[in-house]
Amino acid sequence: MNFCRIYAILLRQFYLLRESAARFVPLFVWVAIDIVLWGFITRYLNNVSTSPFNFVPIFLGAVLLWDFLTRVMQGVTMAFFEDVWSRNFLNVFATPISTGEYLSGLVLASIVTSAVGLVVMLVVASCVFGLSFIVYGMLIVPFLFILFLFGVALGIFGTAIVLRLGPAAEWFIWPIPALISPFACVFYPLATLPHWMQWIAKLMPPAYVFESMRAIVAGGSASWPALAWGAGLAVGYIVLACFTFVRVYRHAMRSGLIARYSAESLS
Amino acid sequence: MDHVLSVSGLRKTYGSKVAVDGISFEVRRGEIVGLLGPNGAGKTTTINMILSVLEPSAGSIHIEGFDIQSHRAKALSHTNFAAVYAPLPGNLTVVQNLRVFGLLYSTPNLTARIEELLTQFELTAFRHTRCGVLSSGEQTRVCLAKALLNRPLLLLLDEPTGSLDPAKAHDIRIKIREVVADGDCGVLWTSHNMYEVEQVCDRVLFLSRGNILLEGAPKTLPQQHGKETLEDLFIAVAREPLAFREGHHP
Repeated sequence: MNFCRIYAILLRQFYLLRESAARFVPLFVWVAIDIVLWGFITRYLNNVSTSPFNFVPIFLGAVLLWDFLTRVMQGVTMAFFEDVWSRNFLNVFATPISTGEYLSGLVLASIVTSAVGLVVMLVVASCVFGLSFIVYGMLIVPFLFILFLFGVALGIFGTAIVLRLGPAAEWFIWPIPALISPFACVFYPLATLPHWMQWIAKLMPPAYVFESMRAIVAGGSASWPALAWGAGLAVGYIVLACFTFVRVYRHAMRSGLIARYSAESLS
Repeated sequence: MDHVLSVSGLRKTYGSKVAVDGISFEVRRGEIVGLLGPNGAGKTTTINMILSVLEPSAGSIHIEGFDIQSHRAKALSHTNFAAVYAPLPGNLTVVQNLRVFGLLYSTPNLTARIEELLTQFELTAFRHTRCGVLSSGEQTRVCLAKALLNRPLLLLLDEPTGSLDPAKAHDIRIKIREVVADGDCGVLWTSHNMYEVEQVCDRVLFLSRGNILLEGAPKTLPQQHGKETLEDLFIAVAREPLAFREGHHP
């Protein structure tokens, strides 16, 4: 690994963000709107509910954590799309950079962009709607860690899809979090799902995070083995995503797609 | 080691279609080699394989002694390229692009090197201009500055003056000649401008249908094959490649 080359990918993204409001503002505006929207929904639910149950840490916390995962994934894919949009593959991949270094650069860029979104969400959720992360205790660390890993895996897998299918395939990438969310049990317990969906949900690392989150808020305790399993699954998905990317990259090298990417297909 | 580039038995096929058919050649230090041929002859395919963005079906490529397959990073750290179809990202400024690519090539003393190239290619006034708003001539100069960032020992230039007016093209040719004269750099240059090839290249390779048909000095090769100019020879090779392949001199 050459850190100079990894830094180059990060620096390129920093330059683009610094000088383009169109890139910087969406890092926090959409997640802030999401928090505001769900903040009022939870406030309303607290008002109309007759039980003493507090919806804020359940729903608003879930939205915040889910948006964090989405931001991580989009952080990876957006950094990759910059090369797609500027038709820069030939220039980048003709340098000594390896696929591992390139992907590391994308992930670093994602850490920066998702951190911006996370900070804004935390500020809005806590200052405006009184969400306190003290409720989750130190478990917030493994929660964020697992979601970050899975977001990275989804991001790398998404880049592999676009690299294989061409620029137009970016529209397959944006809905991925929405497709996964029913199985990730963001807003409801896993037991709510039909049997066949539960099996899929058990393969989703975020499901272990949200199950633990609800257990804590309900006064119980999180299952560390379950969280460890979720983290293990997320690492496994990263390995699988990297393997997929490398396979797709090699195919693109054999077919000539890297050099003529805008053609989308050489067949 | 005399050769900066050594290509042996290089072949690229797409299914049954043969794009490059087992070609072998070398580029020496301080030498500019012209890779000539009609459209679709396999020039860009060859360059893409040397740049390691296209996997050969067979054969080997060594840059500065490093096999591109097994020592890709080392081989490419000695290489760079400029091509009319590969402009730098238009949403970054000249300096930003040079910094990013300088880091990708792990260029030592990068800031000083960037300043040196900005001066050399008369880009100082455009340092904070986004590349996308530069004229094609200015963009070509930025691409060439990028191509020289890492002081490459092998420089691949795919029609570098293709979008330039004659005066600008002349200036670029002189600059590249100076770079080669000042160092150990070898250049592989493709062009459809035979006047330019005669001016710049020490040696030319005629490629047609994936094969090297002729090789020699651009000033003497036409006469050796009964043609007055390099352009006449180019036309003859493009129209009757089989005659040259079989060793005839039409």
